[in-house]
Amino acid sequence: MVAMANFFDSAAENRRNSYLLMLAVFIIAFAALYGFSLIFFGNSVLGLALGIVLSAIYVAVAYYASSSIVLSLCGAREAGKGEFPYLVNVVEGLSLAAGVPTPKIYIVDDPAPNAFAVGTSADKSSVAFTTGLLSSLSRAELEGVAAHEISHIKNLDSRMATLAVVMVGFVAILSEIGLRSMFWGGRGGSTRGRGGGLFALVGLLIIVLAPFAAQLVRLALSRQREYLADATGAQLTRYPEGLASALEKIGKLGSKVQRASDATAPLYFASPISGLQLLSTHPPIEERVKRLRSM
Amino acid sequence: MAFEMVALAFLGALAFVVVFFLLAYNSLVGKRMQIDNAWSQIDVQLKKRYDLVPNLIETVKGYAKHEKSVFENVTKARAAVMGAAGVAEKAKAENALSKTLKSILAVAENYPQLRASENFKMLQEELSGIENKIAYARQFYNDSVMSYNTSIQTVPTNIVAGIFGFAPREFFKTEGAERENVKVSF
Repeated sequence: MVAMANFFDSAAENRRNSYLLMLAVFIIAFAALYGFSLIFFGNSVLGLALGIVLSAIYVAVAYYASSSIVLSLCGAREAGKGEFPYLVNVVEGLSLAAGVPTPKIYIVDDPAPNAFAVGTSADKSSVAFTTGLLSSLSRAELEGVAAHEISHIKNLDSRMATLAVVMVGFVAILSEIGLRSMFWGGRGGSTRGRGGGLFALVGLLIIVLAPFAAQLVRLALSRQREYLADATGAQLTRYPEGLASALEKIGKLGSKVQRASDATAPLYFASPISGLQLLSTHPPIEERVKRLRSM
Repeated sequence: MAFEMVALAFLGALAFVVVFFLLAYNSLVGKRMQIDNAWSQIDVQLKKRYDLVPNLIETVKGYAKHEKSVFENVTKARAAVMGAAGVAEKAKAENALSKTLKSILAVAENYPQLRASENFKMLQEELSGIENKIAYARQFYNDSVMSYNTSIQTVPTNIVAGIFGFAPREFFKTEGAERENVKVSF
């Protein structure tokens, strides 16, 4: 019953935090827009109006479109009918066990085994699995991973994470798209006059700010929630060993997903990018396995 | 002055009790609703299995005509499920049906042609999927009953439960070894 209580506690905490996050983002966006129009137009009334309207639109769009933004950023496609019947069975069964509506199932075509869950509420959520995960795990292991993701949905971790990634990680996402287009676009074209200069300045600002934004997302999401989702997942399947052996397998095969980025990394089941453990969004796999085995 | 203080303290205490009663009552109603919801989820899965049985019998019959007693047992058990009322009785009828379904699958083992048939394979996957979901739905139901029963028996919510007549609910019991719940602590 300890974990039962934790489910609801952490759901309440996540709900509160996600409202605080939206409020904070609104205030910061408002302040930035207000300052911007004061400096460039010297007009505080315009700044006030512009700030309120644009910030509200930003927060609303980020809230309602966050799931689809994240899913398309991660290269996920909706699973076709009858494509993975056993996966559908597993997800439906575990949703019954958790008492949440069955989430939509998405597939990421990537050989690395990984998974993630997104959604702003329990009844509008999605889970995504990589093709690598589906081909390398046994049914019991897949159940373990799916239970972990459904736990994230049930205790509203996925809501907090999705909002954090879209609202705060927005800058990081922009810089990523910018960098990518710089690589693809090459050097061609001529620099235009003042407009080009302003554009370049904004671009530079975004690139400088991006790592901070990604770091902020990490700070907003505690690593503790991974342990909690492991534990509650194990409680759903009543079989911690399934998840433990899935983690071991994923640790051995490597969980680096091609379409994952700094901004979206915290969403994944196992860390999808390489980097320092100290800055990592995920607790070490060995520690997670150890905790599951000692249940 | 002293009288006013006492009156104020009394009113404060009264307000506290009223708020507590409201919260406790709402939480109990919420938990009871969750049990009913969990129960209907079990029902949905049971209905699916119920609908699958005639299909399964027809398919097996096509290859194993002589196993009359097995078919009769399944048909009987299926009918019994429909007639069952109440949690305990339903659980018993369900367990009986599960057992006879196992026997039909055991019979199928003796007929290689049946085992190889696509239709049978599909039915088998569907059946095991449904059985899994029944198990999970039952687990959620029992978790919900556990949480509700604990609330109505522990201080202080038991007072509210007693006044408004919240009765304990029955668990959905299964025969044989049930998977043990894991201990989770933080």
